[in-house]
Amino acid sequence: MNIIDRRPNPKGKSLPNRQRFLERAKHEIKDAMTEALKRRKVGESANGEKVSIPTRGIAEPNFRRAGQGGARDYVVPGNKEFVAGDRIKRPQSGEAASGSEASKEDGGEQDNFEFVLTKDEFLNLFFDDLELPDLVKTKITDQETVQLVRAGYTVAGTPSNLNLKRTLRNSLARRISLSRPKLSEIAALEIQWKTALGADDAEGAEQTRVDLDAALRKTRRVPYIDPVDVRYNRFERIPKPNTQAVMFCLMDVSGSMTEQMKDLAKRFFMLLHVFLTRRYKHVDIVFIRHTSSAQEVDEDTFFHSRETGGTIVSTALDEMMRVVRSRYNPDTWNIYAAQASDGDNYTEDSDRCASLMANEILPVSQYFAYIEVGAEATLRHGYPSAPTDLWRTYSNIAETHRNFAMRKVADPGQIFPVFHDLFSKQRERVA
Amino acid sequence: MTEAPAVLERKPLFDGPEWDFEKIRRVHDAIEEIAIGELGLDIYPNQIEVITSEQMLDAYASVGLPLMYRHWSFGKRFAREEALYRHGLQGLAYEIVINSSPCISYIMEENSMAMQTLVIAHAAFGHNHFFKNNYLFRQWTDAQGILDYLTFARDFIQRSEERYGLAEVERVLDAAHSLMSHGVHRYTRRPKANLNEEMRRAEERRLHDERSYDDLWERVVPKREPKSADDAEREREQREIRRKLGIPEENLLYFLEKRAPRLKNWQRELVRIVRNISQYFYPQKQTRLMNEGCATFVHYALMTRLHERGLITDGGFLEAMHSHTNVIFQPEYDDRRYNGLNPYALGFAMMQDVERICTEPSQEDLEWFPAIAGNNDPWGTLRDAWANYRDESFVLQFLSPRLMRRFRLFKVLDDSSQDTLLVDAIHDERGYREIRSALARHYDLARQEPDIQIVDVDFAGDRRLILRHAVHDGVLLDEASCRGVLEHLSTLWHYGIVLEESDAGTDKVLKTHEVAARL
Repeated sequence: MNIIDRRPNPKGKSLPNRQRFLERAKHEIKDAMTEALKRRKVGESANGEKVSIPTRGIAEPNFRRAGQGGARDYVVPGNKEFVAGDRIKRPQSGEAASGSEASKEDGGEQDNFEFVLTKDEFLNLFFDDLELPDLVKTKITDQETVQLVRAGYTVAGTPSNLNLKRTLRNSLARRISLSRPKLSEIAALEIQWKTALGADDAEGAEQTRVDLDAALRKTRRVPYIDPVDVRYNRFERIPKPNTQAVMFCLMDVSGSMTEQMKDLAKRFFMLLHVFLTRRYKHVDIVFIRHTSSAQEVDEDTFFHSRETGGTIVSTALDEMMRVVRSRYNPDTWNIYAAQASDGDNYTEDSDRCASLMANEILPVSQYFAYIEVGAEATLRHGYPSAPTDLWRTYSNIAETHRNFAMRKVADPGQIFPVFHDLFSKQRERVA
Repeated sequence: MTEAPAVLERKPLFDGPEWDFEKIRRVHDAIEEIAIGELGLDIYPNQIEVITSEQMLDAYASVGLPLMYRHWSFGKRFAREEALYRHGLQGLAYEIVINSSPCISYIMEENSMAMQTLVIAHAAFGHNHFFKNNYLFRQWTDAQGILDYLTFARDFIQRSEERYGLAEVERVLDAAHSLMSHGVHRYTRRPKANLNEEMRRAEERRLHDERSYDDLWERVVPKREPKSADDAEREREQREIRRKLGIPEENLLYFLEKRAPRLKNWQRELVRIVRNISQYFYPQKQTRLMNEGCATFVHYALMTRLHERGLITDGGFLEAMHSHTNVIFQPEYDDRRYNGLNPYALGFAMMQDVERICTEPSQEDLEWFPAIAGNNDPWGTLRDAWANYRDESFVLQFLSPRLMRRFRLFKVLDDSSQDTLLVDAIHDERGYREIRSALARHYDLARQEPDIQIVDVDFAGDRRLILRHAVHDGVLLDEASCRGVLEHLSTLWHYGIVLEESDAGTDKVLKTHEVAARL
């Protein structure tokens, strides 16, 4: 008998199968996710997602008998009151029918197939067809990134790059060609010499000693490893064009924003944040919040601190342009911005916003997304409330600028779809 | 047994729940002594492998085989098992055992030592004995060769994926999988399976095919006849062609592998691999009741004997018995937990019943089982049954009236033309035989799986493949699923498919399914 401990075997033996399965069911899974997302909270994006998909695309059909029709018999245990000849009402859903082993084992298909996606699988699928639009400005900057690519061997290099295999192969070739005596040969000569000495065979000993000396001399002349043998792995440094992008997150935190609206806006930015950090390695994110004045803040303050005050939207736009001018040269940076607001603005400010937007921001930006968070109640009732100041202002801009998009969000369920909409690869921007 | 060794053996083999390799070896050796010496079991050498619960899930997904080619359906199975397991809807099996030589049993690291003992008795001795001795396994499976063949299959499929692309390979495998249940030889005897031979022949076929042009189709397509040929002549010719093609044929995968006109050779090999694996599992499907009954009965006997000799503690024995009772629990039909007859319950009960008939027969048993009643050789009788029967014949031969009364079995007839179900027979004098033969039929795969055969190919016309489903008792095929299979079938055949469902008795066509050619 053998006992084998298989526990240390590599895990995830069926991982490739799982990937194939996900690939196959991708379409269904995405539909199911979109459904599921409507019920989700942002905070949950850290967890895996249970999805339930229809079996259409992943059906494994086989020849099997229909569940209904014809005559069939069952043998079942547990008779209590029946005698032969009794008639019983047909049970609704296969109480007796489940007695047929065959129908169960033939892999009777479930209507829905339920399983759990890991966090990574979930996010990958979720962000699968999203991208930052027009990511076109690339530049080889001063501190360019280089990629090291293996490119053959070299005779000079650092010890850590020493290629032992190649070096020893050269050494072996050289030793053979220069007929360096092998260690075993020398050892044999030594023994021979000693035996000759021991046997008082002076002539033989002398002869052997000469051979031995010659061999040892040769060994010294032909070293085991010579500097000419040594080879190092060579790496080519290939400069990589660096795509630089910056995302500005502008959020209105003024008094007119209710807690619920702020929550919506934060959810949106959180999602944006997860998306950017996950999909793009080199994206700077700048957080700007504003009331009647605007300031650049760090991530933590942006998401967690509370503030209140009046509303002047243009301050945020000003602040953004200030940051752009000081740190992000539009010639080399792809500039993106997302703004969230309730649409309330100091009335005289709207024109200024429009001109800032049209003349300064949009010309240098790749894409500007505006989401307007509304009170749930107003949108729920079906009749549209009057468009807000900012919405009216931006509507005109959206008509003339292709890199500007705007959406409304009224409850958490809409955030995911809207986000998807704004950043989907085949984005159709509505005016 | 002499007094002295009994005293010596009083010391339990282990104490407490922790297991280690040394204890497992001790327990295995002790069990082996009883199983071979006293019960007369005949087993393949054992190989016990300890795995984690995650690896157990992996093993589930690849239908219990230690290595398997890659396919999305295994991923699907894994996802489902995992979901069920994580939600606590379903526990994991304690063990998986593979019909191979050496016989591999997987045991889980989470099990306590008492459970490991039970599992070893159950799998490494019960199932192992059944695999080695049952005629179906001996005739149809090659325990020595299966692991090598699976390695070959996995590598072949991986190479095909590299050469022809994942999608192409998947298409063929999907199609072949859908026909798996109709890819077995049911009746024809053939030489004992030899999978090593199989691999060698695969290689030979490949070489041969590389060298020679496949003119199969040319040979079977008749030349356009001059109009003069009369009907009788044509009919004769058609018969001749059908004979050459081996039609009618019920092993659909075999037919496609040999006759599908436009399959590439590597595609034929894929079909063949699926067919061989299907054939490998065919005996298991036909002997589930007996196999589990045998293993359960063996572990029960072994555990009892170990306990009698003081080799396991009372605590350990009770733990094992607790698990044993759960396994053989049979809910009644009106119970919410009812899900068909539990093969462990019925199997174990039947084995116990045979033992009773052999040792303490009642008058009734003497009438029903004159051949074995009171022969006082329960183990000999059982070993013979395990070797020479399958579920269907075993039930037909050995289900006793007493057991039918114990399970209170009754037979219900569900005729869709009637509004109510009819209780056809119950566990009484008039019903015993009826119930017994009806139950036996339920274990007969050939009756449970629809009888579908390839009956013709339309040579004169568009090379449609014509199949027939012989309908018994008016039970038709599941429409949607059938359609799916036919579409898969047409990817392998490349031309149209017609499936006629006709009544087995009257030949009246009840329904026709058609799928157009896929070019």
